Amino acid sequence: MNAKILGALGALALLAACSSDEATNAAASGAGGAGAGGLGGAGMGTARPGSQEDLVASVGDRVFFDTDSTQVRADGRTTLERQAAWLARYPQVAVYMEGHADERGTREYNLALGQRRANAARDLLVASGVSGQRIQTVSYGKDRPAALGSDEASWAQNRRAVTTVR
Amino acid sequence: MMTTHRRGLILGGAALLSAPAAARAQGGGQGAVIDITRARTDPIPIAVPALPGGGGRGADIARVIQANLRNSGLFRPVDNAAFIQSAEAAAATPRFQDWRVIGANALVTGRVEDQGGRLRVEFRLWDVLPEQQIQGTAFTAPAAQWRRIAHLISDVIYERLLGEKGYFDTRIVYVAESGPRDRRTRRLAIMDQDGENNRFLTDGSFQVLSPRFHPNAQQIVFMSYFQNTPRVYLFDLNSGRSEVLGQFPGMTLSPRFSPDGRTVVLSYARNNDANIVAVDVASRAQRQLTAGNGLDVSPCYNPDGTQIVFNSDRGGDQQLYVMDAGGGGARRISFGRGRYATPVWSPRGDLIAFTRISGGQFGIGVMRPDGSGERILSEGWGMEGPTFAPNGRVLAFYRESQARGARGEGYSARLAQIDITGFNERQILTPTDATDPSWSPLLA
Repeated sequence: MNAKILGALGALALLAACSSDEATNAAASGAGGAGAGGLGGAGMGTARPGSQEDLVASVGDRVFFDTDSTQVRADGRTTLERQAAWLARYPQVAVYMEGHADERGTREYNLALGQRRANAARDLLVASGVSGQRIQTVSYGKDRPAALGSDEASWAQNRRAVTTVR
Repeated sequence: MMTTHRRGLILGGAALLSAPAAARAQGGGQGAVIDITRARTDPIPIAVPALPGGGGRGADIARVIQANLRNSGLFRPVDNAAFIQSAEAAAATPRFQDWRVIGANALVTGRVEDQGGRLRVEFRLWDVLPEQQIQGTAFTAPAAQWRRIAHLISDVIYERLLGEKGYFDTRIVYVAESGPRDRRTRRLAIMDQDGENNRFLTDGSFQVLSPRFHPNAQQIVFMSYFQNTPRVYLFDLNSGRSEVLGQFPGMTLSPRFSPDGRTVVLSYARNNDANIVAVDVASRAQRQLTAGNGLDVSPCYNPDGTQIVFNSDRGGDQQLYVMDAGGGGARRISFGRGRYATPVWSPRGDLIAFTRISGGQFGIGVMRPDGSGERILSEGWGMEGPTFAPNGRVLAFYRESQARGARGEGYSARLAQIDITGFNERQILTPTDATDPSWSPLLA
C-alpha cells in the first residue's frame, strides 16, 4: 500500500523533473497569454519543439510598440532575448519577422512603418546572436490586425512585430 | 476626339467603336450651356427619353445616361412621367414647347438600330430655349457594349453643356475585400465608373493592394504579397498576366505610373528607410530619387511629369513634399493641423488631393500644388486614398466605418465619390467591401 503510493509519487516526481522546462514555459505562456492571440491550445505541453506553437508557449512570439513608434520597448527586448535563446536551441528554424501597425494611419505609410518595426525587432534578434540569414522581414501594415476592435486596447495589440516560423 | 479610340480594353475588340458624326454642332446655343461654377446650385434640367428601337435597348441606354448625369450632381434629369411628346416623335422633330413646359433646358433624342449583333445609336442634343441642335453623333458598337455607348453619349452631353470633358466612359480598378479583417481576402477588381460590369482580376490566393492604371488603361501596376513577399507587379488587362517590376531586396510599395506610362515611381523600403525610386518600365533600370532618414511613400507625378508629390515623415510626422521628377529640391507643402498622406495630383494640374488625419478624424481634401487653398471635402472616422476622375472634377476614395465590437462587428470599407467642390458625396456600389480605388483615363 505504502509502497504503491510511494511508487506513484515517485513516478510523478520523475515526470515533473523530466518536463520541468515545459512546465515552467507553460506557466510563462499563461502569463503572456494575451499576446498569443489566436494560437489557443499552445502551452499545453504538446507543442512540437521548434514549432510556432512551441515559440508562443515557450517565450512569446510578439512585441508591441507605442503609437507611431518603431522603438522596441523594454518588455519587448526581454521577449526578443528569449526568442534569440529559443532560436539558438533550434538552429534549423528560419523565421519571418512581421511588422504591423494599427488602423489609425494610412495604408501605404503603415506598410513602411510596419517594415521599420520588423527591422527594429530583427536587429535586436541579430544583436542577441541570431544570424540575419534566418530572419526575413515582412510588413503587413494595418492590413492584418490581431485585435479587431476600433479602440485603444485593440490598437495597442496591433502595433506589433511577430516572429513566425517559416 | 470621339471617333478616335485606343485598342479595346478588357474586351479586346479591334474596332470597338466607330463614331461618324451624323450631324455636327451648329455653334452651340446659349440656353442650356452654362458656367460650371454655377452648377452647384443650378443643376441643368435635361430630358432623356427612351431612345426608340433596338428592342428596348434604347430605354436601357437612356436610363444609364440619366443615372450618369444625375450622379454627377450637375444635371437634373426630368422625370419621364412628365414627358408630353413621345420619344418617337421627338426623334423625328422635337416640339420644343412640349419640353420647355416641363422645365427641360436640354433634350436628348435619337434612335437605336440593331444591325445584326451591332448597335448603331444616333443621338442628338438640343438646347430647348433657342431651339437649336448642339450636337448630333452616331455610335456603332457590338451590341454587348451598349453601356459604353451610353457612357460615350453621356460624356458628349457633359462636355457640350459644361464646357469640360466628362468622365463616364471610364473604369475604376480597386481592391475587393472579403472575410474577417484578420484573415482578409483581397482581390484586384475592375468595374465601370458607375459600378457596373464588375469583374475580379485575381483569385484571392494572394493579397493585393494599391492598384493604379497605366495612362493607356490597358495595364495596372499594383502591390502583391505573392509568395509572402510584398512587391510591385504589372498586370496586363488583355492577357490577364502579371509580372514583377524590378528586383529589389526589400519591400516595394505604393507604385504609380508616370503620365507617359514609361516609368513607375514607387517606394522601396529597406532597413529603416523607405525611399522613392523611379523604375523604367522597358529596361527596368532603377533611379533612386530620395535618400535620407525617413519613410517616403505614395509618390505621384504631376500631369507633365516634371514634378513628384509624395508623403514623408522626414520632418517628424507625415507631411506632403513636392520635388523635381529627377529627385532633389523637395519642399514641404502641407502646413495645416495634423498629418497628411496619399497625395494625388489632379490631371488638370491645379490641385493635389490628399488624406488628412487630424484630431482622431480622417479627411479627404485638396490644396494647390504650392500648398495654398487647402479645403477638406469630407471627414469622418476613416477614409483615405483619393483618386481623380480624368477631368479632375470628381474624386473617388474609400471610406471605413468604425468597428463597434471587439470582434470587428460593424466595420466596413466602401468606395465613395465626391465633387472637388465638396458636394454630392455618393457611395459607389460594389459587391464586396472595397478599398484603394484608381480611376482610369477616358477609354476612348
